[in-house]
Amino acid sequence: MQFMLLFSRQGKLRLQKWYVPLSDKEKKKITRELVQTVLARKPKMCSFLEWRDLKIVYKRYASLYFCCAIEDQDNELITLEIIHRYVELLDKYFGSVCELDIIFNFEKAYFILDEFLLGGEAQETSKKNVLKAIEQADLLQEVSNTGLHPESFVNPSCV
Amino acid sequence: MSDVVEKTLTALPSLLSLDSQPGSAKLSSTSKLGNLIRGITELTSKHEEEKLIQRELASIKEQVSSPNTSMMKELMVRAIYCESLGYEASFSYIHAIKLAQQGTVLEKRVGYLAVSLFLNESHELLLLLVNTVLKDLQSTNLIEVCMALTVVSQMFPKDMIPAILPLVEEKLNHPKEIIRRKAVLALYKFYLIAPNQVQHIHNKFRKALCDKDPGVMTASLHIYLQMIQENPEGYKDLTASFVTILKQVVGGKLPMDFNYHSVPAPWLQIQLLRILSLLGKNDQSTSEIMYEVLDESLRRAEMNHNITYAILYECVKCIYTIHPKSDLLEKAAKCIGNFVLSPKINLKYLGLKALTYVVQQDPKLALQHQMTIIECLDHPDLIIKRETLELLFRITNAQNVTVIVEKMLEFLHSNTDDYTTIDLVGKVAELWFIETMNTVFSVGGDMMQPDIPNSFLKLLSEGFDTVEEDRKLRLFAVDSYVSLLQGEPGKLPQRFLQVISWVLGEYSHLREELEPATVMRLLAKLLDMKQTSSETKSWVLLVFQSAQEVSETYGSSMDTVLRQRAQELQHLSQDCELRARVLPQDAGLEPLEVDSSLSFLDGFVSEALAAGAAPYKPPHQRQEELAQAKALSLEPYGLSLPISMSSCSIADRQSPTLLSMSSGLSGDSTDLSHKGSSTTLKLDGVKRVWGREGYLAQREAVEEAAQVEVPSPLRSPSQQAEADSSHSQTPTPTPTPEPDQEKQQLASSLFFGLSSQSSVCLMGKSEPTPQRFRRKAKGQASSSGAAEQISNSLVSAPSAVDNFLCNNLLDSNITSQVGISSSEQTSELSQGPATTNGTCDTEAESTDGDIKGSNPSLIIGDNGLVAADPTPHKDPGSPKDFCLSSHLPAELSELCRSEITPLCSNQSLGLSACHVHKEDSLVLVVFITNSSDAAIRQILLDLDSEQLQVIYHDVTSHSVAMHQFSLTVKRPSVHVEVVGMVSYQLPVGTPQESLTLCRFSCRPLTVSTEEYGTMWLSFSHDTKQNLTLISDGEEPLTATLNVLKEKLQLHIVEIIGMEGIIACQLLRDQPCLMHCRVHADVLAVWLRSPVPDLPDCLIYHCQRALQEH
Repeated sequence: MQFMLLFSRQGKLRLQKWYVPLSDKEKKKITRELVQTVLARKPKMCSFLEWRDLKIVYKRYASLYFCCAIEDQDNELITLEIIHRYVELLDKYFGSVCELDIIFNFEKAYFILDEFLLGGEAQETSKKNVLKAIEQADLLQEVSNTGLHPESFVNPSCV
Repeated sequence: MSDVVEKTLTALPSLLSLDSQPGSAKLSSTSKLGNLIRGITELTSKHEEEKLIQRELASIKEQVSSPNTSMMKELMVRAIYCESLGYEASFSYIHAIKLAQQGTVLEKRVGYLAVSLFLNESHELLLLLVNTVLKDLQSTNLIEVCMALTVVSQMFPKDMIPAILPLVEEKLNHPKEIIRRKAVLALYKFYLIAPNQVQHIHNKFRKALCDKDPGVMTASLHIYLQMIQENPEGYKDLTASFVTILKQVVGGKLPMDFNYHSVPAPWLQIQLLRILSLLGKNDQSTSEIMYEVLDESLRRAEMNHNITYAILYECVKCIYTIHPKSDLLEKAAKCIGNFVLSPKINLKYLGLKALTYVVQQDPKLALQHQMTIIECLDHPDLIIKRETLELLFRITNAQNVTVIVEKMLEFLHSNTDDYTTIDLVGKVAELWFIETMNTVFSVGGDMMQPDIPNSFLKLLSEGFDTVEEDRKLRLFAVDSYVSLLQGEPGKLPQRFLQVISWVLGEYSHLREELEPATVMRLLAKLLDMKQTSSETKSWVLLVFQSAQEVSETYGSSMDTVLRQRAQELQHLSQDCELRARVLPQDAGLEPLEVDSSLSFLDGFVSEALAAGAAPYKPPHQRQEELAQAKALSLEPYGLSLPISMSSCSIADRQSPTLLSMSSGLSGDSTDLSHKGSSTTLKLDGVKRVWGREGYLAQREAVEEAAQVEVPSPLRSPSQQAEADSSHSQTPTPTPTPEPDQEKQQLASSLFFGLSSQSSVCLMGKSEPTPQRFRRKAKGQASSSGAAEQISNSLVSAPSAVDNFLCNNLLDSNITSQVGISSSEQTSELSQGPATTNGTCDTEAESTDGDIKGSNPSLIIGDNGLVAADPTPHKDPGSPKDFCLSSHLPAELSELCRSEITPLCSNQSLGLSACHVHKEDSLVLVVFITNSSDAAIRQILLDLDSEQLQVIYHDVTSHSVAMHQFSLTVKRPSVHVEVVGMVSYQLPVGTPQESLTLCRFSCRPLTVSTEEYGTMWLSFSHDTKQNLTLISDGEEPLTATLNVLKEKLQLHIVEIIGMEGIIACQLLRDQPCLMHCRVHADVLAVWLRSPVPDLPDCLIYHCQRALQEH
């Protein structure tokens, strides 16, 4: 996999992970083009796109588009399932995930992604193992949070 | 599960508006980020957003530089957020590194994340991370080690790999599987960016492959896939291990954790399948190891879920990549079929992709799904459309190139994406260039100036702009030529063969799957063919740079050039060093400098001069001196010209007649008929418009038009079948075709020539070739033969398919090039009288036609002809026959004649014909029916065999015009076919063409047994032959004779016991008698006739008639 992008129906980028070294300018250009292309597609259309010399595999979950770029010889369907597995992981972690979870806790979404995909390849396909790894790391974080950052307990309920 | 996600995510808008939702409480653990995000969503303009972010960044910047680091993690997250919105926060990069370095475990986590998001591999700040990573790798805290390995697997400065490599290697033995797994992936990353740095630990990869934890093992497969891709030979020994692992996975031996939607470890399965396909490629013994597990995988993957399809797809790809096994291929093909036919668009896409992948190996599979492919061509989703074009691109051949290129151009018009455009334009050019040149070479053939093939080869060898494009073009040329050679190379012109052999010699190594031996075999076939000229043979020999045996065979050839080449070859093949010097690979790439002054010979010349040799004089000087020296020049004048000039002038001429005369080859029918009738007549300019296929210019135009209009709407197959079955159906306008028909038309034009029996299996219908007009078999005598002829006649439509009893014409593939088929025919003609097979020459005399043509009462519509039946198609059969027969002139209507049979028709024009047996000749009567509402103008009826052309100025609506041709059969023949063409102009102005096809046969000769006896004794020419008996039900002799009677219109005089006598005649005094006797299982036939070739001729047709029965 070359990169993964998450963006909203309005075209706002929510998450981006690049597995190939690209300059910021290129990244921005690719993102802009892709978001445009994918958003222009109708619901019943194919989830795969040929774009430049890459294959784009995308899937929409409610208002969020998950979009992966793979090489030509890669398997499109399994990429579609990678996206789905990631959504499953997010869902399990956040408990009924929604776009806002990802917006406000994007760093968590990144942590989960890093436990699942590493260097563009599926690292761990067992859902249980991925979540276990995240929880272990989180456990430390929560403990320290309580001690060090009391402001995080201020109720931010006015979203 | 996914439903749950869907539902929650759909509820999002309500979440946004209702703050008190429980979900939103946990949304922002960091209030400042929450405030920022909320602030941004409240803004309305981009400008305001920018202002807000700049303010935010300024505040972050201020805070990060302050010594208080308790806020660092939160600040960093905000910086990441601003960056992800597209605002630069480069000041925070260094703080990210610092955070990873100095922070607590949790701060590290954010720090590492920020680093991996902010920086890329080549960023110089990354060097500052090396120490941190080193420290963390040595940490006792597992989470710290994990974080370090994670960041290393994503990015690490290439030059610093040696610094941490031992530590990462050490982690391969770590007790925790998560650490081992991450270490393996880190090594994978190192392998990708610096393969030689990890070479020494290959055996440790093997240990990872055998790890007891499936996750670690899966991770190690990434490395193996990469390594095997680069060097499949090095890992063949692992095949059995991979197969065992796959077997265990498929068999459900892994822990349930690894199941995904109850499919065991799909990622692992796919990875293994990819590895196996790499290992089994072009390797039979390795492939054999995996057949069983592949079969098992196919069988297990039966659930209806994407993940199963993903595995199936990979399985199919693997099966088609490795050494083929028929029953697996069958299953895989079925799988592809399911994909292609699936209503799910994603599967359809993959089906097309798989088809594209396998189509070169198995073109029939594409044929099976051609209707689906055609539908996909019009799919609203451009992606599907494009993949379909890609598929078509792979199956392009000489027959369908026009349609495919047209489709590609169509797509180009609607396409806006630059990348696609570039890609497609390249493909079009590729197809067009090579294919067009192929056509040029095959049609232009040997008459072409030698410059053309030379410059073509030059172009090919020097290439264009990019290396990749050149490679593709050459590959395409190689593929195209190999398939041409596998076809019928004997029909290709010599020049073209020379080009082919050069290209194959230079570039066939580009196609890796193509074994050199195959190419050699194909080329060697050329050497063995009689038609191949010695010049071509020497080109071919040049290709054989090391073929010892060939050079030995030709080393003793009588031809000096051939011998020299063979000798050179022999020397080259024995001396490797010499070969490398003389024939470097890709020598064509380097521009050759030709030393036209031959300066390298200077030394030799001066030596020779010193030794007393005469100085060199140019030829013209010698000639002059010679002329002066002799009183009388005996040389022909032409010789004083340089040879190249004269050959050029021959090539320049357009008329094949002239060439054939000068070259001594057999010419065309024009040539022959003139030779036959008046050998002294010199052919010149006036007659040159007539080539071997008739009126030259006209012909070409017609052919072109016919090709271009191939995809135009046509009649439906059912109508076609109807037309074939009923003999007396009238030529009627075809109803407006349905879209479906269009697709089938398109299908047949696209998939034409894909399969050898394409005309049969294409559509599963008998006559798939697109025909613009309804054509019909004529009479009982010609049923199957004619049908065959007709079904093939589309491609050779404009050619004169006079069926002069040439078996090769009947048997051979008539779909070949026009020029070729007719040239074959002419050569047959020229040998005609000499061969036993006997040919006949229909020398039609136009006199009769001319007379009738000027008879105003019969012909032209101006005079108010009887209107044709306005609803003719509803009332087929005799009434129509009667209706048309009323147009027959009185003197003909009395005579014995065949049924009036429709030949072809379209909406506006119908053509029917019959033949009338006159005492001394055969009269062909052609009826032209105008069934449209408007007058048809400028009808041009153009029959090939006699170059007779009749122009009707027009035919008014709903009327019939008639025209007769008198045909004199000069030499015996049982069947004669006259092929012609009608062109006309509709009021709209579009000229259209059609094809007539008539067939005559011999007629029964009614004689008594006594008369038969006397005639038998008086006839001098005879032939004996055994025929097969037909035994379906009734008595075999009677059955066989009845078949002959029906098919060949013979007259059975009498059947006595096991013997039967038959009589027939061509014309009044050209009878043929046949005596048959049942002998064991065969029918012994004895034929006698006063006409020399008639018995042979007839026996041939008897054989055919019985075979076809």
